[in-house]
Amino acid sequence: MTAPDSSILNQYLVGKEPFYQPQHDEVALFEAAYRRRLPVMVKGPTGCGKSRFVEFMAWRLGMPLVTVACNEDMTAADLVGRWLLDKDGTRWQDGPLTVAARYGAICYLDEIVEARQDTTVVIHPLTDHRRTLPLDKKGELIRAHPDFQLVISYNPGYQSLMKDLKQSTKQRFTGFEFDYPNAELEAGILVQETGVAPSIAAQLVAVAATARRLKGHGLDEGISTRLLVYAAMLMDDGVAPRAACRMALVQPITDDADIRATLEHAIDMAFA
Amino acid sequence: MTDHPRDPSLPSRLAAYRKQLDCRFPWVGEVFSDCIAKASARLGPAGVSAYVDAARVLCKLGRGEEPVLIFLEEWPDVGAALGDGTLEMVMQMVQFMQRTPNGNAIGGFLQTLAPVSRTLLSREQLGHYLNTLRDMMERTTGSIHGHHQTHPSPGLPELLRQAPTLLQSLTVDGLRNWVDYGVRNYLHHPERQKDFFSLQSADSRAVLQRERHGTLLADVERKLDLYLRGLWQDSEVLVPYSTAFATLRTPQPYYDALGMRLPDVLDDLPGVSALDHYRAILAHMVGHRRWSIPQTADNWSPFQRMAVEFFEDARIDTLLIRTYPGLRAILLALHPKPAEGACDPETTSCLRHRLAMLSRALLDPEHGYRNPVLHDFVGRFHRELAGGNADTPTMARLALDYVTTTRRQSDQFAKVHFADTEISYRDDNRGLWRFIESGDEEEAFDAEQRKSPDLETQGLPPRHYPEWDYQSQSYRPDWVSLYEGLHASAAAATIDQLLLKHAALAKHLKRLLDLLKPQDKVRIRYQEEGSELDLDVALRSWIDFKSGSTPDPRINMSHRTAGRDIAVTLLLDLSESLNEPVKTGGGDGQTVLQLSQEAVSLLAWSIEQLGDPLAIAGFNSNTRHEVRYLHIKGFSEPWGDAVKGRLAALQAGYSTRMGAAMRHAGHYLAARKADKKLMLVLTDGRPSDVDVQDDRLLIEDARQAVKELDRDGIFTYCISLDPHADAYVADIFGRQYTVIDHIARLPEKLPELFIALTR
Repeated sequence: MTAPDSSILNQYLVGKEPFYQPQHDEVALFEAAYRRRLPVMVKGPTGCGKSRFVEFMAWRLGMPLVTVACNEDMTAADLVGRWLLDKDGTRWQDGPLTVAARYGAICYLDEIVEARQDTTVVIHPLTDHRRTLPLDKKGELIRAHPDFQLVISYNPGYQSLMKDLKQSTKQRFTGFEFDYPNAELEAGILVQETGVAPSIAAQLVAVAATARRLKGHGLDEGISTRLLVYAAMLMDDGVAPRAACRMALVQPITDDADIRATLEHAIDMAFA
Repeated sequence: MTDHPRDPSLPSRLAAYRKQLDCRFPWVGEVFSDCIAKASARLGPAGVSAYVDAARVLCKLGRGEEPVLIFLEEWPDVGAALGDGTLEMVMQMVQFMQRTPNGNAIGGFLQTLAPVSRTLLSREQLGHYLNTLRDMMERTTGSIHGHHQTHPSPGLPELLRQAPTLLQSLTVDGLRNWVDYGVRNYLHHPERQKDFFSLQSADSRAVLQRERHGTLLADVERKLDLYLRGLWQDSEVLVPYSTAFATLRTPQPYYDALGMRLPDVLDDLPGVSALDHYRAILAHMVGHRRWSIPQTADNWSPFQRMAVEFFEDARIDTLLIRTYPGLRAILLALHPKPAEGACDPETTSCLRHRLAMLSRALLDPEHGYRNPVLHDFVGRFHRELAGGNADTPTMARLALDYVTTTRRQSDQFAKVHFADTEISYRDDNRGLWRFIESGDEEEAFDAEQRKSPDLETQGLPPRHYPEWDYQSQSYRPDWVSLYEGLHASAAAATIDQLLLKHAALAKHLKRLLDLLKPQDKVRIRYQEEGSELDLDVALRSWIDFKSGSTPDPRINMSHRTAGRDIAVTLLLDLSESLNEPVKTGGGDGQTVLQLSQEAVSLLAWSIEQLGDPLAIAGFNSNTRHEVRYLHIKGFSEPWGDAVKGRLAALQAGYSTRMGAAMRHAGHYLAARKADKKLMLVLTDGRPSDVDVQDDRLLIEDARQAVKELDRDGIFTYCISLDPHADAYVADIFGRQYTVIDHIARLPEKLPELFIALTR
């Protein structure tokens, strides 16, 4: 069922091709999943390119992308929609999930574990063979548009009892495990994103490798590709390499003096 | 003794060990089984046997049971930390002390051995420490008529007491210098000698400060560990060796199966911080482990081997620099730069000098040397490495060629040019060589591996706690041994009857508790559905709506009864004095213990009503070697028959060493995740113990314990039943105490007090 105002989705179309460097065969796999409209879950540490990948796939498939950044205060109504008061009485306002399901878009729930578990169960009927979304407040049962697909992302690294997905939610999705790209690819990404010299990109990647090996030894999370891009941008603007690395790579990730000393030493060693 | 389960074969072996010990001191007999359980978990059969033998020797010394007890308690830790072989060294020291007038200090020596061994980390270091002590003893033990030593060393007991503190800030070398200063200056002033060694005199502290220099390995160990992991994907045990006691030659770093050996302290050098120096040493060793292949050494002369080492080291450094270009600056700053004409080939063997220059030239493109042969080999070296990493045999060929090309008759001379040829960040390359005819190297003899403490300790080993010595304003490390266990059990019905007896009181308390509950209501705003309309938010929403933006539908609020977040530990003094009957009226012949039981039951019941986590434990002590800590109720245990049974079985005996018990209770309480932590101490007398003569000592220790707990966010409160408590209780607990004079009213007072405290 396509309502007259399906043009509402035009704003969600991804206009320009986002730069995405495939690591393996994830593009083909995602396309295969989309052909059968299977729900997709994208896992991986922060800043490794999960959201960029989804954006890229939406562009590649020519689909509008409705993104919801999940947070703790989010209620089911924030996803599904709610009644509003109007001068004529009340009016139903679709939530982002409903919009995507009704008019056919990829709905991307970013960092889904941040939402409370009772909120996430509303996606259950959309993610199995039923592909329906009951709006109990409105008394309507939406059958998902044939183009609709649900994508979620989360970072399994939180390792918190409170922040995990229920098995019943997890087992509705096909999954991609993302990690930081290997050194060559990552250097290539830095060059492509920021125009920095390949040699400098390689040095930045070497510093990141140091930090990633310290994960679990006082660091919760290694230096992400996103931070490397920031550092490269700063350097591209003429900031001295050490200052840029300290600002973008060291200060954000740790307050531990010993680790800071080790990372700064690694920077000195890499940028001779 | 504590009734923890044991290894089934232990009792039979225990009997044998007891026979072997052959010691009739009563306390030794009591603690022996626990000590053996601990020792057999850490030392292995041969070690335990030697341990028992040593205890036997101590027993026969005629110095009372104190040294035996200390030894039995402390040795398993020391032996496990430093290896079994150290026992012999320690016993030699004891025998030596026994022969001199210093025999009384044996106890002190053994007492501080455990904390000292924790800072020393290796056997050689312990040997140096013992030599320092022996030297000090020999020099300070007095003699009157010239020949026989008759007066004990005045400073020795103080030195032994301070040793753990000293070694935390000094290396063994620093300690030796410090001791030496004290002996030299105060040899003939016994009192001032004591002051010096107890760190009371000003110059004693000044010398201590002076001796503390350089960067200690122990201080940067974590940084180095992170460095190995982060930059080199490697990790290894870092073992310090002392640089101060080697007189013949400076020891070099090395690595073997047991770890990487580094100097225990390094000083900053021009251009290189000590930390970077350590890092360079580690990087070089990692390089060897990664890229070097051991070579058969038998067919090569010492000169040839030396040349191979120089070439191989340079290859490793080159590869390191290739990985991290920044390393070049550090390595070059540490690498000596021998002057070209510094060695005279007519009179001196110059091979070392030539190789050091070559090594410099291999790393430093701007070396400035003019020797054509050197340039030729530098070129060949870089050509070998241009295509890849090359390997050790390639370097060996190059090195042999170099030795042949540059050989001079004078290389054989005994006089060797050493200046500027030693490269401090390189290890001694013992891993580079393989000897086909092996077996007579020194290492082969002491290759016996240290036993890992793989056996699970049976039951709970004693925990050691420090005690505050107010006179020296310092802690006596590991002074008190605390054994913990579950309290014995009896019929739970007894407690139920007690509660029945106080039914009226319980009813009164229930009213109070109900008053306590509704106070902690919390308003939860921004609810879509709630019990009341939140007017502020509703108005804001209405305005939003009128102005055409999305209104917030969460205009309701509701209430929630917030859970009280208080964790409580009730610590009961179970000392002998509790058995006394209550004298003042209304007690009808009950003992203080029975009244305490009633009071604690009521309190536990009340706290259960409130739902706060509560733990109950009792303690008493029989000298510092045996403080017992008995669990009666755990935090998560419900107030049920098991707990009531334990409470019913309460028995009183022995003395009140309060500080250790409070520290132990505090360590459990600190681990709780609660907003407020409360420790109630129910006691009937002043802290005291049979082995302490000084009345103030344990009071001051308890006061210190309260301060420590306060620092950890634990609120301590004392309920004292001692009518004379005013004399000391404020000293310990400040204003956080109540003295209950009318003991018969304890059952109603205690819960009321708790309610008042947590309202």
